[in-house]
Amino acid sequence: MRPFMNIIRKWFSQVPTMSLLFGALVAVLLERGLGDPLAEILGLPKVPVLFGFVTMLKKPMLIPSTILYVFLVFVGPISVVAGLSASIANRLLDKLLNFPMLFSVIIHLGLLYAILHLWSEASAYRLLMLKLTLIAIMVTLSLNVINGYMGEFSCSHPGFMALGAYATSVMTVFLFAKDRLFGPPILPPVLGPFMFPFALFVGGMVAALGAVFIAIPSFRTRGDYLAIISLAFMFIVKSLIENLEVVGGPRGLSSQPDYANLPTVFLWTVACVWIINNFVRSILGKALNAVRDDETAADAMTVDTRRTKIVAFMFAAFWAGVAGGLFAHVLRYVNPGTFGIQKLAEVLAMVYFGGLNSVYGSIVGAVSISVLGEALRPLEIYKWIIIPLLLILVMIFRPTGLIAFKAFNVRGLISPKHKPLGDI
Amino acid sequence: MALLQIEKMTHEFGGLRAVQDYELEMEAGQVRGLIGPNGAGKTTIFDLITGIHKPTKGKIIFDGKDVVGLQPHQIASMGLGRTFQNLRLWRHMTALEHVKMACYSKITYGLVEAFLGSSRRSREEAEIEKKAYGLLNLVGVGHMAEQIALNLPYGGQRRVEMARALATDPKILLLDEPTAGMNPEELVQMMEIIRRVHEELGLAIFLIEHRLRVVMELCEIIQTLEFGEVIAEGTAEEIQNNPRVIDAYLGRESVA
Repeated sequence: MRPFMNIIRKWFSQVPTMSLLFGALVAVLLERGLGDPLAEILGLPKVPVLFGFVTMLKKPMLIPSTILYVFLVFVGPISVVAGLSASIANRLLDKLLNFPMLFSVIIHLGLLYAILHLWSEASAYRLLMLKLTLIAIMVTLSLNVINGYMGEFSCSHPGFMALGAYATSVMTVFLFAKDRLFGPPILPPVLGPFMFPFALFVGGMVAALGAVFIAIPSFRTRGDYLAIISLAFMFIVKSLIENLEVVGGPRGLSSQPDYANLPTVFLWTVACVWIINNFVRSILGKALNAVRDDETAADAMTVDTRRTKIVAFMFAAFWAGVAGGLFAHVLRYVNPGTFGIQKLAEVLAMVYFGGLNSVYGSIVGAVSISVLGEALRPLEIYKWIIIPLLLILVMIFRPTGLIAFKAFNVRGLISPKHKPLGDI
Repeated sequence: MALLQIEKMTHEFGGLRAVQDYELEMEAGQVRGLIGPNGAGKTTIFDLITGIHKPTKGKIIFDGKDVVGLQPHQIASMGLGRTFQNLRLWRHMTALEHVKMACYSKITYGLVEAFLGSSRRSREEAEIEKKAYGLLNLVGVGHMAEQIALNLPYGGQRRVEMARALATDPKILLLDEPTAGMNPEELVQMMEIIRRVHEELGLAIFLIEHRLRVVMELCEIIQTLEFGEVIAEGTAEEIQNNPRVIDAYLGRESVA
C-alpha cells in the first residue's frame, strides 16, 4: 500500500494546480457532451447530479454503475489530463512568472470559473447548490476571523447575515422591484444590476454597525460571557425583524430581483477570500492572533487591543452581511426564521470542522459540510446523526479542525511544480 | 527633570496595600535594580508603570507627560518597553512574528491598505522585517526566527521576549526577572545580552531580580522593597551592608 501511495504522491508533486484545472475543465466538458448517453448505457435514470451520492443512497443497486460513471467522467479524465498537461502547464507557468502575479491569478480564477459555470449549467439544482456553497465559504471565513483568528466565541453571525440580507433586500426591492409592501419601483429597474454591488456594500455596513454592539462588551469580557452576549444579539435581531411589519414580519420579504447570478456570487466570494487573506497576513491582522494568545502582552507591545477587536468584529460582520445579501437574492426570498440557531450550528460546524485560523480550513469546511448536507439528504433524519458524528470524530482526532493554522499561500498555489531534486 | 519620575505612588488591591508611597527618579541611560522577597510588590510596580493597573494614588511622569490612566499600549508606544516574569509569548506565532508584532505602533498604513495589500504596506512590512531580524540577531536567536517561539529552548524564549520588547523602541526597558529559571550558563549569556543592549542601544534599564549576583553586577542603583515599601536605596555595596536588607532577606535574629 505504502509504495503505491508514494508513487501517487510523487506523481502529484509535479502536477501544478493549473493542470488539475485543465483536467476538471475536460471532465465537465465531457459530461456536457457525453453525460446523457453514458448515463443511459450504464442504466442510470439520469446524469448523477452530485457525483452520484444521492443516487447511490436511494438505489443501492445502482452503486456500481454510479461509481463507474463518476470514474469515467471525473476521476479518470482529471487524472489523465492533469498528468499529461503537467509539463505544458509547468512551462506556461514558468513564462507567467515574468508577469505580475495578478495576471496568473486571473488566469487560474478564469479557469475555475469556467469549470464551475459548465458544471452548474447542467441543472438548476447544481447552480443553486453551488451559489449557496460559495456564500457558505464567505460566512465561514468571516466567522473564522472572530472565532479562529481572534479566538472569541461569537454566536452572532446569523444575526449579522440577517441584517445584511434585510438591508440589501429592502434597498433593491424598494428601489427596483414591484412589491406588495413597497409598491412600484422608484428607480428604473434597468439601473438595478449596477446598483446591486452598492446595495450589498450597504448591507455589509449595516451588519458592521450591528457588530459594534458585540465589540464594545468584548473590551471587558471574553469567553463564555461574550458567547452569551453574542447569542443574545442574534435573538434580538431575529425578533426585531419578526416584529417589524414594514419588512414583512415573520412572513418574510420576497420578490428580490434576480441579481445574484453565478458570476456575481463568484466574484464576491473571490473578493472576500482575497481581502480576508490579505488582512490576516498583515501585521494589523496578526494583531488578532496576539490578542487571542495573550491580550496583556499584546497591549504591552503597543498593540491597540480595542481597535483590533472592534475592527475584527466589524470586518467579519461586514462580510457576513454581504453574504446575507447575496443569500437573500439567490433564494429571492428571506424570512427571519432562517437566521436562527440552526443556521448558527451550521456555520459553527463549518468553521470548526474545516479548521481554525486558516483560510484553507474555512473553504474546506464550508464546501464539505454543504456537500455532505446535500449528499446525505436521502438518509433523511439519519443525516443529523452522521454529520454530528463526523464532527465529533474530527474534534477527537484534530481538535482544531482539519486544516488549522495554515497560511493560505496564493503564490505557492499557482506556481509551477518541477521535478523534485533527488528521490524522496 | 528625570526621564521617569514617580511620586508617592500607592496601590491597593481591595483592602490589601500592595505598594505604598513608592518614589523613583530615573535618568536616561541608567541601569537600576529592584529587589525584594517574594510578594514584596515588585511586579505590581511594573504593572503600575506600564498601565496594566492604575495606581490608587500618586503620579507617574514619563518624558514630561503624566501617564496615569493611559492605556498600556499608549504608554508602551511612548517608550516604556517591558518583559514579563512568566514570558507571555503568543502561542501560535514564530519568533519573527513576535518581534514584528511589537512594531504595531510604527505602522502608518491604514486598514484599507491592509485589506487590499498596497505597495506601501509591503514596503513598510519589509522594513519592519529587516529591523526584526536585526533585533533577533542582537539577542542571538536570528537563526531560529522562523520557528514557533514556544518551541525554542527556555533561554531562547527569554531572548525572543527581549527582542520583542526592544522592537517597541523603548527609552526605558523594564525587565521582570530576566534570568528566572535559567541555568548558570544561560544566566551569563543573558547578563551579556543585557549589557550589550544597554551599551549598543543606550537604553535605560530597570531590572527586577531575585539573584543578587545579577543585580549587583549590572545595576548602578538598587532599591529594596519589602511589603510594598522601599526600605533601602543605594549602590550595590550600600545595599549589601544595609542591616534592614539583610533582615528582609535572611530574617531577623531572634533575641534569645
